[in-house]
Amino acid sequence: MSWPILSVTIFLPLVGALLIMMMRGDGEAEKRNARWIALWATLITFAISLILLYRFDPSSPEFQFVEKRPWLAGTITYHLGVDGISLPFVVLTTALMPVCIIASWLPIQHRVKEYMVAFLALETLMVGTFSALDLVVFYLFFEGGLIPMFLIIGIWGGPRRVYASFKFFLYTLLGSVLMLLAIMAMYWDAGTTEIPALLRHGFPRSLQTWAWLAFFASFAVKLPMWPVHTWLPDAHVEAPTAGSVILAAILLKMGGYGFLRFSLPMFPAASHDLAPLVFALSIVAVIYTSLVALVQEDMKKLIAYSSVGHMGFVTMGIFAATTQGIAGGIFQMISHGIVSAALFLCVGVVYDRMHTREIAAYGGLVNRMPLYAAAFMVFTLANVGLPGTTGFIGEFLTLIGTFRVNTWVATLATTGTILSAAYALWLYRKVIFGALVKPSLAAIKDLDYREIITLGPLVVLTILFGIYPKPVLEMSAASVAQLLENYERALGAAKSAALLIH
Amino acid sequence: MNETAELPALLPALPEIVLAVGAMVLLMVGAFRDERAIKGIDGAAILLLIVAGVIVALLPAGKLVTFDGSFVVDGFARFLKLLTLTGSATAILMSSHYLAAEKSQRFEYSILILLSTTGMLMLISAADLIALYLGLELMSLALYVVAAINRDSVRSTEAGLKYFVLGALSSGMLLYGASLVYGFTGTVTFAGIAKAASQFGPGHTNLGLVFGLVFLFAGFCFKVSAVPFHMWTPDVYEGAPTPITAFFAAAPKVAGIAMFVRTTIVAFPGILTQWQQIVVFVAIASMALGAFAAIGQRNIKRLMAYSSIGHMGFALVGLAAGTQEGVQGVLIYMTIYVAMTLGTFACILSMRRDGQMVEDISDLAGLARTKPAMAFFLALLLFSLAGIPPLAGFFAKFYVFLAAIKAGLFTLAVIGVVTSVVSAYYYLTIVKIMYFEEPAKPFEPMPHELRAVLAVTGLFNLLFFVYPSPLVEAANAAAKSLF
Repeated sequence: MSWPILSVTIFLPLVGALLIMMMRGDGEAEKRNARWIALWATLITFAISLILLYRFDPSSPEFQFVEKRPWLAGTITYHLGVDGISLPFVVLTTALMPVCIIASWLPIQHRVKEYMVAFLALETLMVGTFSALDLVVFYLFFEGGLIPMFLIIGIWGGPRRVYASFKFFLYTLLGSVLMLLAIMAMYWDAGTTEIPALLRHGFPRSLQTWAWLAFFASFAVKLPMWPVHTWLPDAHVEAPTAGSVILAAILLKMGGYGFLRFSLPMFPAASHDLAPLVFALSIVAVIYTSLVALVQEDMKKLIAYSSVGHMGFVTMGIFAATTQGIAGGIFQMISHGIVSAALFLCVGVVYDRMHTREIAAYGGLVNRMPLYAAAFMVFTLANVGLPGTTGFIGEFLTLIGTFRVNTWVATLATTGTILSAAYALWLYRKVIFGALVKPSLAAIKDLDYREIITLGPLVVLTILFGIYPKPVLEMSAASVAQLLENYERALGAAKSAALLIH
Repeated sequence: MNETAELPALLPALPEIVLAVGAMVLLMVGAFRDERAIKGIDGAAILLLIVAGVIVALLPAGKLVTFDGSFVVDGFARFLKLLTLTGSATAILMSSHYLAAEKSQRFEYSILILLSTTGMLMLISAADLIALYLGLELMSLALYVVAAINRDSVRSTEAGLKYFVLGALSSGMLLYGASLVYGFTGTVTFAGIAKAASQFGPGHTNLGLVFGLVFLFAGFCFKVSAVPFHMWTPDVYEGAPTPITAFFAAAPKVAGIAMFVRTTIVAFPGILTQWQQIVVFVAIASMALGAFAAIGQRNIKRLMAYSSIGHMGFALVGLAAGTQEGVQGVLIYMTIYVAMTLGTFACILSMRRDGQMVEDISDLAGLARTKPAMAFFLALLLFSLAGIPPLAGFFAKFYVFLAAIKAGLFTLAVIGVVTSVVSAYYYLTIVKIMYFEEPAKPFEPMPHELRAVLAVTGLFNLLFFVYPSPLVEAANAAAKSLF
């Protein structure tokens, strides 16, 4: 490896942010420059992440593109690397960032420079989170993301943005500080915070349970799981469109990624014992939040609640700890990253025109906006989980993965797919179908070329991965297999130890 | 012959001697040349502090002991002396514009800070109870006077008087504790106390010694403004002129924590379980009070007072661990705390509108629009104070909690991080006012020296994560010298 490709991917957006910060003045020219710099920075980052994808060897379960440098005194090092579990998220992040920048091109008209700086800083922190191979470095990136997101919601958000931004920040922080204490306890037990070493280190039983709970506090809030999901609808509704996209597509995935990277492999015994808790919460999330979504009057809020439901499938699949469950969990997260991002963009399209997100304010849009109706339909069907879209693969894999472990959980979760069809199709009918009777909608315009650029690739990906999911599944297969092998071995060791005592 | 034999004995105390002699010379200059010499005296005072710092850095390596073992210069002392001198010099630098604008320049001001700093250095090096008391009183008496330096202001004199009365009470308690400790161990040197305490035998603790310890702690807690001896802090912070508040928030806190740590670790290692529960209680109470009481504050100086109470609680978490990692955590915490506090006060000192200082948090409204650079750095410092990574404040908290976890103080650690989330709320409120609200009338341009202080401290907090190991390693070496 001649150049530190991961570090470049992580810090390139920050370079763009610095360039934007160095610009003086606040006129139209500066706004235009800020947008273009941000777009180019994210596009180049995306291109580099494609090199990463190209050079990645999916047959090896090891961490690749590893970089390691001394950092904090002692054993805490600046350690980066990706494997089949983290690489999909890295690419998802870098791919969605240019989309976000283009989606904010016209809607964001005040304080453009700060907006772009916040987004670029956020990209650095998100990619860093997924590629960190040291727990302290991970925590640094994971938590640092709160600052730009707080500002994005608070400055460019809707009317209740202050409440939403505070709730988002404090909820997530409270979960994370407990994880920080667990990280410290792990450091003293294992003598290192390097993730590869910790994956091999067998933690004592009592520490496993406490650390699992502490990590759970952080990731369950981030994901979010019922009952700590209440920050999400507020944050989604108030955030600007691109903020919602990032929140739904990437920030939520950090929780699922955390479960996969830390909870399951590092605390296998605790994961096994506490899996019923996760199942119960996942079932409640799937059914309850779907029911809540049915009664929403705000489009963004409906999609936010549906996100919580879809994340319920992810947690259920991960803690089923079967090949299909985990692979399905990863796929479901990638799929949800594409679909929910697209749905929020779709809401943004009509919000920019009408400045309302109330479902009742729309109806009959198909008459004036055929392209929009078509794109929205693809994403709605993917959200429902129709075969042929990405949503189906993820839900199906998690369900069969869980079915092998616990039939009842899988059965109950399946009802969620029916409910998701109910609210998603209801939303689509209310907004798109019917006669166009509202006078305010009479002059509404169909997608412009900028919106086609943002939504088009997402339509393609939704259908492509729905028909041909192999690239994503194959990328993570080796890592998932190794994760499961280690998990089974650790559980087996624990069981035989227990037998010896008896 | 005789003189050359005495020279090594004075060498370890050279920084203190330089400061004391320099302060007296400047006093003479001021007395004869009166107000005309103010600028020169300020400059000379800063120069003296820098010279003292250079001497501290150049002192021979290793542990230097003098005055019959009552004065020690070890790695711990060097580290904290440099920090204290930096804090004092920056405080003088930050005050010049304010005092000129308020027309309350007095040449005694920087001389009092010099004398107080001399006391702090003495305090940091003190290795017996008498040297400790000498240093403490020199520091405190000068502080009482500077708090009330604005003689014509009711608020300032009230702050000074309040500080003096309560400070005298706490000094009395400390002396009472010292006499109890002396009575039960028969010695005043820290090493001697430790030895005498160990002779009571394992498992058997001397009640009188513990009583003495409690009274000593009461005095220490007052000086570092830890709960339950914090009541003076908000009033004095609010009443004293702002640059003096900035001074109070930085250097004396460092000296106070130094005295707290050295006495506890060196003199009382044998009764760790006894003092540990006190320190744990004080730390929890300070963190909780600092977090909750600050929420309702409208005056930014009062808010900073509660914030500093909370921060002392966090620093004491490291002491509560009672280990080398813990002391290392305290040293890192204090360094970063000083940087954050001085930067924040540089912003507070720039809150001047129509020739008047304003102190309400609401006066910062829309600062991100009117003064983007100042708002950016202040927001950075506030996030750092809240302990959000990747800013320096996170590493400060990281190291103290790391030590607490190792020492098995899980309850303390959990309560500590939860209060840090609560305190994040009020720091966020200030960020919200600066970034989310409509602009108020802009402040006057920031004076150059404040700009410099803000830029240096802000960049330190922002970029600390890039290359943190020098500070971490220096603190590690300094902590090692106590064990």
